[in-house]
Amino acid sequence: MGTITFIEHNGTHHTVNVEVGKSLMQIAVDNSVPGIDADCGGSCACGTCHIIVDNEWIDITGSATDEEEQMLDLTPEKEETSRLSCQVSASAHMNGMIVRLPEFQM
Amino acid sequence: MKFISAIIEKSVLIIPIHIQIKGIHIFQKTKRAIVNTSVEPCFIETPLPDVSTLAIEDIDVSNPFLFRQNLWQPYFKRLRDECPVHFQKKSAFGPFWSVTRYEDIMFVDKHHELFSAEPIISIGGQPEGLAIETFIAMDPPKHNLQRQAVQSVVAPKNLKEMEGLIRSRAADVLDSLPIGVPFDWVEKASIELTCRMLATLFDFPYDKRHQLAYWSDVAASSPGSTGGTGSMDEAFTVAAEVAKQFSQLWRDKEAKKAAGEELGFDLISLLLTNKNTHDLIDRPMEFLGNIVLLLVGGNDTTRNSMTGGVHALNLFPDEFVKLKKNPSLIPNMVSEIIRWQTPLAYMRRVAKEDVELSGKTIKKGDKVVMWYVSGNRDEREIEQPNQFIIDRKNARKHLSFGFGIHRCMGNRLAEMQLRILWEEILKRFDNIEVVGDPKYVQSNFVKGYTQLIVKLTAKTL
Repeated sequence: MGTITFIEHNGTHHTVNVEVGKSLMQIAVDNSVPGIDADCGGSCACGTCHIIVDNEWIDITGSATDEEEQMLDLTPEKEETSRLSCQVSASAHMNGMIVRLPEFQM
Repeated sequence: MKFISAIIEKSVLIIPIHIQIKGIHIFQKTKRAIVNTSVEPCFIETPLPDVSTLAIEDIDVSNPFLFRQNLWQPYFKRLRDECPVHFQKKSAFGPFWSVTRYEDIMFVDKHHELFSAEPIISIGGQPEGLAIETFIAMDPPKHNLQRQAVQSVVAPKNLKEMEGLIRSRAADVLDSLPIGVPFDWVEKASIELTCRMLATLFDFPYDKRHQLAYWSDVAASSPGSTGGTGSMDEAFTVAAEVAKQFSQLWRDKEAKKAAGEELGFDLISLLLTNKNTHDLIDRPMEFLGNIVLLLVGGNDTTRNSMTGGVHALNLFPDEFVKLKKNPSLIPNMVSEIIRWQTPLAYMRRVAKEDVELSGKTIKKGDKVVMWYVSGNRDEREIEQPNQFIIDRKNARKHLSFGFGIHRCMGNRLAEMQLRILWEEILKRFDNIEVVGDPKYVQSNFVKGYTQLIVKLTAKTL
């Protein structure tokens, strides 16, 4: 087990339990973290589950794949450590991880 | 027609774009008169047969009267159930594949490396000589560069700046509507609201705002492209007029910018101040393409969702009761309206290689039509898909905006406009009663209304 903290653009923290094997998008949605729309339901096809992984954790999550990059390129809030949370699978190594949400999903 | 675009690119500094378009028009007209090429199809309406009487290979969902006669639901249901990837080999627009299930549509939309968006996204082609360049009909890498250049214009951050003005203009329209007397919601509300919003977004001369809707209608109604009621001559005239007026608007704002005046939050100003697009006018076919894309993209879609919402709430009156009890459902209802209406019925692709899909082999070069309007009613993916449910779970999961790299750029703008409309409607009216049969647009692309007669009841305090 362990926890992951999602920080909204306005600074509100949401600390939720890690469920190993689930996508971060699903975990956020299941815990009613606002600001994750996930319109395509996890198909890496809409870009509305954008998260920005804290620099210290990007080695654990890995960087965005080419497929994710194509969707992330559509948002002006894209950063170096941007990911689509539907493409990040939660693991036991993510205990204590911090990810930020953009101001808007595209 | 590439060479014509190239000539325009080169000569734009000397001859204004609209004069050049007029020149091409004369050339094309003369050519048609002499060699009789590219005669436009003319569609004459006859009642469509009951789909159950047809052999599967004879089903032609490109018929521009399918939506107009409101027969699309059984036609697409039969394809989804019996032949979800369907080949029609002799339509008025040539042979094409129909993809009708949600999952298959998602596959095609996602795989732009297998399915090209070029040269155009309608089943038929563009009028000869009028091949404007729009990124919706481009593949990577060009698509990505062009879209990135303009998409910040409708980024949610900028929309927030426009919300107040859009709301006050929507309020003006709603306040001017007659109470207790039947009138056409399409004309007096949806078109008027959309024109005002487009004029606001472009900072277009307010007194000429109705031209915007007219231009957009002409651009989307070419018979050869979508089976609409327009004509090639009209398309050329309008293209020249759009080029002229928007070049003027651009130059005026450019002069303002040069004089150090502050520019507003409108699309042209944002394009002028973006490093990738500040010189867009020097690339006229791209300039024209982007303007037309933003016009059409922001016109038919929003207009018909504004009418569709009223129609749906009349067909499902319990939902209206639910809405009035709980206005916080508006954002979710907006997504449901966009799914239920599906104002643009499809997007077209061309296979770049042979592709297996649901047991069929689509050959390289074949046209492939993703029928969003069918996927949005696919029982395999969406529960009770023909029901309009304003608090539907996962209402955002609809296909109307498309998925993948061509996903609708104006999605947040559309949602904002519809949200504002319904927030303002609920402040004023207790009921919007539909009092006549709706009339629908002739097109295989625009799924919309030409008339919806309604009667308003004012809210009692």
